[in-house]
Amino acid sequence: MGGMSLIVKNITRLVAAFIALFGAYIVLYGHLTPGGGFAGGVILASALVLVVLAFGEEFSRQIFSHGAARVSDSAGALVFLLVGLSGYLAGAFFANFPDLLGTVGRLASAGTIPISNLAIGVKVGAGLFGVFLALALFRRRGERRSMEPDLEVFDTEARS
Amino acid sequence: MDPLLVLLLVLLGFMLIGSLIAIETRDLLSSIISIGAVGLALNVVFLMLGAPDLAITQAVVEIIILVVLLRVILTRRDESYATSRSTLAVGSVLLVLGFLVALVFGALSRSGGGGLQMRPFGDPLMNESGPATAMAPAGEPQAVPPEHRTEAMPQSIGGAYLKYGLEKTRAANYVTGILLDYRAYDTLGEATVIFVAVIGAYAVLRKVGRHRHGRDVVNR
Repeated sequence: MGGMSLIVKNITRLVAAFIALFGAYIVLYGHLTPGGGFAGGVILASALVLVVLAFGEEFSRQIFSHGAARVSDSAGALVFLLVGLSGYLAGAFFANFPDLLGTVGRLASAGTIPISNLAIGVKVGAGLFGVFLALALFRRRGERRSMEPDLEVFDTEARS
Repeated sequence: MDPLLVLLLVLLGFMLIGSLIAIETRDLLSSIISIGAVGLALNVVFLMLGAPDLAITQAVVEIIILVVLLRVILTRRDESYATSRSTLAVGSVLLVLGFLVALVFGALSRSGGGGLQMRPFGDPLMNESGPATAMAPAGEPQAVPPEHRTEAMPQSIGGAYLKYGLEKTRAANYVTGILLDYRAYDTLGEATVIFVAVIGAYAVLRKVGRHRHGRDVVNR
């Protein structure tokens, strides 16, 4: 699949990086402002989805391939689990470290909460992006033989 | 009546109508658009109730789900999807609508005023149910006898979160502090659910590709 029209490609070129930046902000400032790992991860995934829809899967594979999505998904889950297990150093599962809490309102505060947010953000973003790739691309590829490709609205511009 | 409650009821009605359209319409594209409208109304409801975390998550998830659904629908273009309109379905829809109307009336009626004796909106059940010293973090006195309990001791789970949350988690966002510190175990369960769902999606869709082509479509 080659992607969409020139207008969409140019707009995507302008805004995709800002969407990803906003997602990173939501994830990293999750313990200070509304948001958190889940919402920020979904925003990151939506930036990648935009790139896939606009430029096609061949281009997006250079940025974030499906294998990378799978690895990031698993790595985020493992890091979150490790944060939970590290609570045993402080006494209990998922216990926060009182020495590392810092002052309220600073970026480096709240102990393990920012780390958990980051792990969840990576996990959710990569997982959703992987599911999007699976739903939108694998299935399509599997059905291309049996169905006529002219009805695919997203691809008509690039193919002409 | 409270104007906020009126607006909430209007939005609730809008969401009900949108959901019914999404179920009953024959065109899958219209169904998806109705789902998007319902999600937008739900987003406004979350904002009005003072839950920006939920509103952000709802908006973003709604958008990405819409994109994925549109992608699948526009690719497949399955026209032979007819909805059955049996009397049983219509009857059950009417039954559910009746229950919802009864619930709304019950919620509107004052407790003790001859209504359904339901609690007012936004009044949680656990507000006055006993001491919440078990919710205090480690290091706080765990069990305080009732005669020594002071006025400052929170009497509910929410009160305990509000009292100890900022001091114990140092997270300016209380919601994150609760989700990732007090209730981090639940969050781990949620993450596990998402992880299993993603793995299931990979497995199912990859099996289709293998079956059709006789080769591994995923690991090209």
